[in-house]
Amino acid sequence: MEKQYEVEEEMLDKAATENPTGFKVIVKEFKKDKLAMGSLIVLAVLWLAIFIGAAVLDQDEIMYVDILSSYARPGENGFLLGADYGGRSILGQLIIGGRNSILIGVSVTILTTIIGIVVGLIAGFYGGKIDNAIMRIIDFIQVLPTMMIIIVIVTIIPKYNMLTFTMIMVVFYWVGNARLVRSKALTEARRDYVSASKTMGTKSWKIMLGGILPNISSIIIVDATLSLAANIGIETGLSFLGFGLPPATPSLGTLIGYARSPEVIADRLYIWLPASLLILVMMLCINYIGQALRRASDAKQRLG
Amino acid sequence: MWKTILRRFLVMIPQLFILSIMIFVLAQFMPGDPFTGLITPDTDAATIERLREEAGLNDPVHIQYINWIKNAAKGDLGRSYTQQLPVTKVIGSRVANTFSLSLLSLVLMYAIALPLGIIAGRYNGSRIDKVITSYNFIALAIPGFVLYLVMLLIFGYRLGWFPTSGTVSTSGLTGITYMLDRLYHMILPALCYAVLTTTSTIQYLRNEIVDAKSQDYVRTARSKGVPIKTVYNKHIFRNSLLPIAAFFGFQITGLLAGSVMIETVFAYPGMGSLFIDSVTQRDYSVMTALVLLYGLLTLIGSLVSDIIMSIVDPRIRIE
Repeated sequence: MEKQYEVEEEMLDKAATENPTGFKVIVKEFKKDKLAMGSLIVLAVLWLAIFIGAAVLDQDEIMYVDILSSYARPGENGFLLGADYGGRSILGQLIIGGRNSILIGVSVTILTTIIGIVVGLIAGFYGGKIDNAIMRIIDFIQVLPTMMIIIVIVTIIPKYNMLTFTMIMVVFYWVGNARLVRSKALTEARRDYVSASKTMGTKSWKIMLGGILPNISSIIIVDATLSLAANIGIETGLSFLGFGLPPATPSLGTLIGYARSPEVIADRLYIWLPASLLILVMMLCINYIGQALRRASDAKQRLG
Repeated sequence: MWKTILRRFLVMIPQLFILSIMIFVLAQFMPGDPFTGLITPDTDAATIERLREEAGLNDPVHIQYINWIKNAAKGDLGRSYTQQLPVTKVIGSRVANTFSLSLLSLVLMYAIALPLGIIAGRYNGSRIDKVITSYNFIALAIPGFVLYLVMLLIFGYRLGWFPTSGTVSTSGLTGITYMLDRLYHMILPALCYAVLTTTSTIQYLRNEIVDAKSQDYVRTARSKGVPIKTVYNKHIFRNSLLPIAAFFGFQITGLLAGSVMIETVFAYPGMGSLFIDSVTQRDYSVMTALVLLYGLLTLIGSLVSDIIMSIVDPRIRIE
């Protein structure tokens, strides 16, 4: 039995080297695509600045209300980008909020991708009744008015923090990832190599993780990149409406949310515009990177 | 085909059932009861108990659920805690606003997306195709509320071309001026929404047309001597439009979900902003009713899409 596994693994390894997939192709693609390369650099610099800044800054100090500095203009009282109605530094909130939004976006993406892979692989590999049952659940969650339900949950649970909020988002947003993995796994599970492995008596989980998963991994990575952008958008959107992160934990959306008052949107641009631009730049960068990754994963579209 | 439609209807029943249970459970967790606002500090405990008994709040949970469904089916969704009006009245006053805004958004969306999708597909690889594809890409990446705020700032506050809130400027307008004024208030939000949601339609239409170009029926038509213009208008366009039609139901669903954000930013008094207001004011009965209504409409939207899809594309019909 042991020998058979080895043979199989060798075959898989061979297949991997014959098709130039993986890291090399991605590097080549980014070298060829200036826009994606630029996006990668901009995003790396931004995230590094945000995380270093957030490590230096103290959240409690930033969120300390100081009425005397209420609505300080940029440059006043030592506030580089001004202050909000509570005299809290915009720059500080931008950095802390940026970190929180990125952290939530990344954790939601990682968790939904993992759930998506597990559920999608099971549905796609076994097919039939199991697939049917799983798809019914996915269909149902997908037609729910998700945003409203999250808002309702956030209002009725008495206390929540970043972790609980992430969990609430994960509960509703794994379905998209699962649907994609399932559709790819479904076609992959019909391939000869899977039938061969089955005939050889390889355990199902081993085929799923060692055979099917590596073959669809590039699509999963592309999907994860694009859902990262989407998840940051959803979190900031909810926080913008006032139902995302709890009030004491700033998010980029919280800063933009001040613009819901007519006075702030028209006359105090320095409060909400920097956060809006930061989100915009991050979104465009992540999407450009995702696009380049997608091209790298599809030999027909590659530039390099 | 009727079998497919019937089957799709049957699938909707358990979905509706689970949705209603979910909302009922959520409602159970909400504080307050139907008399919040009716009871003053002077009301004695016995009266409260009698009111609770009459409203069936002391019944077992499953009886309460059945009563709630029965009442909801009759159109009785309880009373608003804050406005002292039946919930149906409160929501009813906003339905027309959301509906007209959605309709205008939808019309503008197709007015932008169809020509762009056709041009991009017909001249794929050209410069104009690249411009349209980049626009599509950016529209997909921009989060809605950021664009709405910037547009509101530029066209509403700075340039003053469009009103920044509400549905009408002053009361007392009648007839045609009233209609025009309402339209004037809807243009900016509808345009913002339309500009961002064209992506899927453009993408799909473009890909369909590019695919269709190399199809046998197009080659046959061309070799018969049919002019290229007629080939596009009569053959390719009609075939490519079918899948777009199938997405119609999902477009409606998307519009509903989007209404919460767009109505909040533009202070437009529709159902979406009513939902945010009711959450902020803890008006739980209105909140519950709106989630139920949106859930129901979303289910119907996906039902419509699936039905259109099965009419358009015979392959997905179930034998």
